Amino acid sequence: MRAIFKRELSSYFNSAIAYIVMAVFFGFAGYFFVGTCFVGNVSSLSYTFSNIIMIIIFLTPILSMKTFSEEKKQKTDQALLTSPASLFDIVMGKFLGAFAVYAICCMIFFVYGLVISFFTAPDWAVIICTTIGLLFLGGAFIAIDVFISSLTESQVIAAIVGMAAGLVIYMLNTFISMIQVDWIASALKAISPTNYYMNFTYGMLDLTGIVFFLSVIALFLFFTIRSLERKRWS
Amino acid sequence: MVEVKNLTKRYGKLTAVDGISFTANEGEVLGFLGPNGAGKSTTMNMITGYISSTSGTVTIDGEEILRNPKAVKKNIGYLPEIPPLYVDMTVRKYLEFMFDLKKVRLPKREHVEEVMRLVKITDVKERIIKHLSKGYRQRVGLAQALLGNPPVLILDEPTVGLDPKQIIEIRKLIKSLGKKHTVIFSSHVLSEVSATCDRIIVISGGKIVADAKTDELSSSISGDEKLSLDVEGSVSTVLDTLKVIPNVLKIRKIREVSDTTARYIVEYKKDKDVRRDVFRSLANAGCVILNMQSGNETLEDSFLRLVAEDGEV
Repeated sequence: MRAIFKRELSSYFNSAIAYIVMAVFFGFAGYFFVGTCFVGNVSSLSYTFSNIIMIIIFLTPILSMKTFSEEKKQKTDQALLTSPASLFDIVMGKFLGAFAVYAICCMIFFVYGLVISFFTAPDWAVIICTTIGLLFLGGAFIAIDVFISSLTESQVIAAIVGMAAGLVIYMLNTFISMIQVDWIASALKAISPTNYYMNFTYGMLDLTGIVFFLSVIALFLFFTIRSLERKRWS
Repeated sequence: MVEVKNLTKRYGKLTAVDGISFTANEGEVLGFLGPNGAGKSTTMNMITGYISSTSGTVTIDGEEILRNPKAVKKNIGYLPEIPPLYVDMTVRKYLEFMFDLKKVRLPKREHVEEVMRLVKITDVKERIIKHLSKGYRQRVGLAQALLGNPPVLILDEPTVGLDPKQIIEIRKLIKSLGKKHTVIFSSHVLSEVSATCDRIIVISGGKIVADAKTDELSSSISGDEKLSLDVEGSVSTVLDTLKVIPNVLKIRKIREVSDTTARYIVEYKKDKDVRRDVFRSLANAGCVILNMQSGNETLEDSFLRLVAEDGEV
């Protein structure tokens, strides 16, 4: 797992991907931060946080699109799958590689907290918990995108389907409000990641939220393992 | 030791590999020979655990690949048809990654250096693989397979894309590796297999059509009881004429030499020289013998015959 994680990380930073993703993330985050906190003269980061989700939806598929599709296209999966590394190690190493780059991006919010602290006392509880919430939300997106990447040989398809999946999740609550059948609506509400994410933004570490996101990540990484396994047996 | 039993792979209705069985012993260089699409790569992918078999087993040093993949995969070095290279890495970084991936327990730096020296890529070790020529890439792929000195080496067409000088070097290397390892390597180039291997397995249409020591493979079909003939004339006349000659056991047309001429192999009873009879009969039938050789079927002829018998050519 460590070897794969190390390689993933170095491949992100040796290519332009990590820098472009970070540049776009920091650029938009900075714009939202300046636009709301400085121009609007508020000390809360909540607008910055809620706006950045849209950017995350587009950036996480970019990070994970090549994880398995590229391996299959370049036939490098033959090296991975015939090595003594288990499928779990391979999938986990790749997931953690993409997640690490994403986590670096999210660290910017602590910088914003520091900036605010020059003017007034920031609400550290909210900043820390929301950042953790964002890490979980993004982690779930990355797990879903890694799974999508394992289904195709094309990075472009993986990215587009990943973005579509992210948007569906983002807009799930809007869909839910249109559904007339009660039990379907409440069932969807129970699996809508944004609902769980919202609990973090109040400055609490919500245990059900943590369990929910960890389950989503575990589920999709498991799907990824199954998808790699299935290809072997077909 | 590699033991393959009744290995079969089906893709839907298509049978890519059909009940292949063989054993490769320690210190043996085994050549996999067959035309393109014969099932060589599929077989190798099954031996290395990249794909699963529909039925049949692969056992390496007593461990079955599907039962205990981790232990078995540690003992295999695999160079697939297309070398699995991360083209954005330098040669050294890539080999160090593969070293870690394979969980090799040797001193890393020295071992990687040693393998690079062995396949002669030390001078490009700091280059990014993307910028390397095909020959170098192939050798980096071979280096990757050698990492950790696995007892079993599976090499899928290792000399493709190399220049003649490199081909000779790699053949020498494979031969020397065969002293300590079990090497299975595939090729569709006959001369290569015969120059490198102790034993040849000929695959055609997913089946083994021959399995013999390299020298046996050609001599088993040569020797005194066989006659190779190039005859001008219609095939049916030639076959009909030869059939009735006393002591002739079997006649096979192996290939066309030209529009009017074909090469035949005539098998006859031991110690009964039929050459005179063959000559007279064919002359009477109006067929001209352009060439007659006893016991001189080349490896190439036997290969083509084996493959043709399977209805492929």
